[in-house]
Amino acid sequence: MNLTYFLFFICIVVCTLIITYWAAKRSVTTNIFYTADGSLTGFQNGLAIAGDFISAASFLGIVGTIAFNGYDGFLYSIGFLVSYLVVLFLIAEPVHRLGKYSLGDVICSRFPGSSMRLMLAIGAFTISILYMIPQLVASGFLLRLLLNIDYSISVLVIGSLMTIYVMFGGMIATSWVQIVKTIVLMSGTFLLSLIVLSNYNWNIPAIITDVQAHSPLGEYFFHPGHLFDHTIELISLQLALILGTAGLPHILIRLFTVKNTFEVRRSLLSATWIIGTFYLMTLILGLGTIALIGYETLVATDSTGNLAAPLLAQAVGGDFLLAFISAVAFTTIVAVVAGLVISATTAFSHDIYHMVWKKGKSTEKEQLYAARWTALAIGLLSTIFALRLETMNVTFLVSMTFIVAASSIFPVLLFTIYWKKFNRTGVIAGMLSGLIVSLVLLVLGPHVMHPEHGLIGREAIIPLYNPGIIAIPLGFLGAFLGALASGNQSENEGDYPAFFRKAQSATRSRSDAS
Amino acid sequence: MSTQPVTVTRKQKEPIDFVKVEESRQFKNFMHAKKKFIVPMTIFFLVFYFTLPILTSYTTFLNTSFFGDISWVWVFALSQFIMTWVLSTIYVKRANRFDEMAEEIVKDQLDEGGNR
Repeated sequence: MNLTYFLFFICIVVCTLIITYWAAKRSVTTNIFYTADGSLTGFQNGLAIAGDFISAASFLGIVGTIAFNGYDGFLYSIGFLVSYLVVLFLIAEPVHRLGKYSLGDVICSRFPGSSMRLMLAIGAFTISILYMIPQLVASGFLLRLLLNIDYSISVLVIGSLMTIYVMFGGMIATSWVQIVKTIVLMSGTFLLSLIVLSNYNWNIPAIITDVQAHSPLGEYFFHPGHLFDHTIELISLQLALILGTAGLPHILIRLFTVKNTFEVRRSLLSATWIIGTFYLMTLILGLGTIALIGYETLVATDSTGNLAAPLLAQAVGGDFLLAFISAVAFTTIVAVVAGLVISATTAFSHDIYHMVWKKGKSTEKEQLYAARWTALAIGLLSTIFALRLETMNVTFLVSMTFIVAASSIFPVLLFTIYWKKFNRTGVIAGMLSGLIVSLVLLVLGPHVMHPEHGLIGREAIIPLYNPGIIAIPLGFLGAFLGALASGNQSENEGDYPAFFRKAQSATRSRSDAS
Repeated sequence: MSTQPVTVTRKQKEPIDFVKVEESRQFKNFMHAKKKFIVPMTIFFLVFYFTLPILTSYTTFLNTSFFGDISWVWVFALSQFIMTWVLSTIYVKRANRFDEMAEEIVKDQLDEGGNR
């Protein structure tokens, strides 16, 4: 590792630790620890949502996928972006009005009770951990490739940083690390895009010609169908992407960090502009990589395509730019995993420890204590898991997370908010059917069952890499049938009129309302 | 984006008959206006979004040239971005109005104890 790399990395580590130190002094109540006391402005929260959402897999993975597969790689970007319309139109404001710290709060404002809260907490916890492990594993490989440091050292560094941010700085530190990440990431990709475009004198047709010349796909590079040859596979992926975000706990708890619905909307509006602009830039980088570097070099360096953006940076800007882009990737990783740690921590320490186990009677001090220790435990355990998973390919867990979220938490949230006849049985049936069906489809699918490289060496029973098209309707069906099956017990349904009014129209800030 | 909702901090003096608020014409109008905006918009963006993969799977006419080497499929793909930005901007504008309506209901109905 040369000095330039070292300085960039130290700079990011020191900056984020200063943020954490500053945040730690302020994180003295549970409200501040879990939601930064709703103190973020809409625009700041928009930056933080983008920082929470754009993973290293989007940054490096999508550039590589576009470079390899052309149009089909870009489909991920479209799904990721449009999914924010689902969040904004259907989910965001009711969630903000009803919840205090967690998704358990949202559901329990209609269906109070330990079993409801436990169910949601388990769902949120599972999804956050499922998403965190592959990010950690990927980060280990990435840093090894970029910096030539050992896999286990990379995982340990990132694991300790995310734990320190959350344990000491809570939501304030997490938010500001994510804000810094978004600024760094946007500047980095913007700079790289400008260099690519100016290399071609802003002549887009020239880039297109070069892409076609350097990709083995030739003139078909810009046509659909290189990554997804099955219609079902394609529609299934698009379905999971557009509905998944609205069920991701680490994104939804970011709706609690602003003070009213006006700021919630501004958060999401800013987030769609930032995320959209970002994905347009990754398109330029993907095309730039194939045009300037060519397919053979890219495949020879790394067959997964994850090194496309760093290679491009090195080709157009030398070692200095490569170091900068590597630092950007590093920041991207730590910001996302910190968001996942705090999401899992909230589900465990607020919902399970405080509300279910202690029946909501533990003191502020005890709750804060529990939250910090939970963060430490989650950080440690995930790091240990990630260390042991070095030899396994777990990247499919990222797309699985979207499927699990879209088939369990999303249907339950949607029905709780909008369906008058929904009830407790429906919540449990929906969560369970979504979780179980997704996991069963995963085990029976080609990620696990594969004649050559599967855990189970045989032909997959359900040959779908993206089983969302089965899992998501079944999640909805489970919630629907569960609600119908339990009949009309009025107690079971909760106080829908009062809930409905609060979900749709309470404009008072949450602290007043709760 | 100029209208920040007024925060109501008034203390409630008497219990409010929420069922009456719920059944008031004002609240029903409010919910109707909201639904009339959100439901068609949601259907629109879902249809617009899924049309792209369906068209690319079952037809090939999007592969024809739009301008030079750029085919229609890219125009449609990029229009998804424009659609997201336009719809979210429209939503934010409209929702600020809904917040004002909700504020009015809160003021009118709560002051009257839900008796209007």
